[in-house]
Amino acid sequence: MIRFDRVSKRFATGQDALSDISFDLKRGEMAFLTGHSGAGKSTLLKLIMLMERPTQGNVFVGDQDLSRMKGGEIPYLRRKIGVVFQNHQLLFDRTVFENIALPLEISGYSPEDAARRVRAALDKVGLLSKEKMNPVMLSTGEQQRVGIARAIVNKPQLLLADEPTGNLDPALSEEIMRLFMEFNRHGTTVLIASHDLNLISRMRNRILTLKRGRLVAGA
Amino acid sequence: MPNRVEERRRGAVRQQPASKATRQGKQAQPQQTAAPQKGAERHRIKFADARRSWIRNHTDVAANAYHRLWASPLSTLMTLAVLAIALALPGALLAGLKNLHGLSEDWGAEPRISLYLHTNITETKAEQVSRELLLRDDLSAVELISAEQGLLEFRRTTGLDDVLKYLSDNPLPSVIVVLPRGKDATTLPLLREQLAELPEVEEAVLDMAWVQRLTAFVAVSERGVIVFGVLLALAVLMVVGNTIRLLIENRRDEIIVAKLVGATNAWVRRPFLYTGAWFGLLGGVIAWVLVQVSLMLLEPPVAQLAELYESQFEIQGLGWLGSLLLILVSTLLGLAGAWLAVGRHLREVEPR
Repeated sequence: MIRFDRVSKRFATGQDALSDISFDLKRGEMAFLTGHSGAGKSTLLKLIMLMERPTQGNVFVGDQDLSRMKGGEIPYLRRKIGVVFQNHQLLFDRTVFENIALPLEISGYSPEDAARRVRAALDKVGLLSKEKMNPVMLSTGEQQRVGIARAIVNKPQLLLADEPTGNLDPALSEEIMRLFMEFNRHGTTVLIASHDLNLISRMRNRILTLKRGRLVAGA
Repeated sequence: MPNRVEERRRGAVRQQPASKATRQGKQAQPQQTAAPQKGAERHRIKFADARRSWIRNHTDVAANAYHRLWASPLSTLMTLAVLAIALALPGALLAGLKNLHGLSEDWGAEPRISLYLHTNITETKAEQVSRELLLRDDLSAVELISAEQGLLEFRRTTGLDDVLKYLSDNPLPSVIVVLPRGKDATTLPLLREQLAELPEVEEAVLDMAWVQRLTAFVAVSERGVIVFGVLLALAVLMVVGNTIRLLIENRRDEIIVAKLVGATNAWVRRPFLYTGAWFGLLGGVIAWVLVQVSLMLLEPPVAQLAELYESQFEIQGLGWLGSLLLILVSTLLGLAGAWLAVGRHLREVEPR
């Protein structure tokens, strides 16, 4: 599903974010990406989303070579990938429902179809009763779950998460991780960046470890 | 365009095998006979679906953009006021120009040349000359005012009866007034010269100088209005552009999130373009009202003035065509202003 082939990323400042990364994540697999902050976890995820382009090497998502992808094709790549952010990136000028409906609206679903899918997604994260609320009124854990609902509403083949439990207490973190495992069990490929070693070592999944931009374990 | 979108989305619904099949299609055609038909049928349904969703998206976005305008009514009204004034000025000038045109056409329509004959020409000779002139192709009418008639008219209009009694002879010449067929400013003086060279004619006068001046004046004002209009159109572009730039700044988060979940540039751009078009349209309508009201206010004094000149002149509004033009141009200007701002500033808003 994701393949990195000798990928390096050097920023304009001359700083090496990633060097010579190669790994392969199979369809339906679930893996963690770990390492200290600044080790390159976010950069690696950004390369998959084409928010950044590698300086060297190739990234493949599905069968597509991202280095050959033109700017106009990027939106269609992103529609295949669900992303959960640490700061959840919710919009506070609209309701929970509208936040989750955004990807569907963009992909051109009919309102009825979209409403059905939004409710299904809300049901999966256990927030069906809060669809009309503003995200501001929710707790941090609930906000994160809204972010997850938005990431999966499109039924993406690939789910990425950047520190999804960053601001949560251990109990909530575990709950969120279980949610991801649930999606994985239904066939979604999942890659989660997290520095919470304590939590992820209990999950018994593949762990990719980054250290100063190099992949030191899990390849 | 929807077609291309559709194909990509099909890719998103895990149909890579289909695209592989088309690539291999050349080698494995026999096996593929049934499959393409099914594909075409599904494609057609999806295409209709995509078009429906496209239309729905546009109407939704247009309606949303309109409602968003009134989320901050004060700043919207202020922007609209600026736009309306910038649009009303050229609109009013255009209407004024149209009226001036009407005026110059009313009076300038019939330039005439008066031929003053030598005083020693007899009446019969004068009649003969006028008949000869009547045969010319370049004159549409010829009127002979004999010396007698001239005197009578002079008497009637001036009331200088007593003075005229002292004169033994009629001092007035016979006059032939001709209406040339051609009316443009280059041929008329030539014609006048030709006529002046006739042996019986002492002097030929083209009473067109002031008409020419008026035409020249209209031409100058026309050019002025165009220059002024272009400047104000630029002002409209910039006002709308700046408003849209601020909107983009305000909706930065939303744009970033939308781009992260797969919004195309067109999708992100669309609401701003509609907002610009709304600004232009509403500004144009307000400008139209301003122009019509000002013309209405001008009407009574103009009518009074026209009466003093014994003229039938009536002030004219923008008319259907002018109104339509004003509103259409302002809408397009709004759209163009938004387009400029979006082109410049939307690139800067990328998820990082």
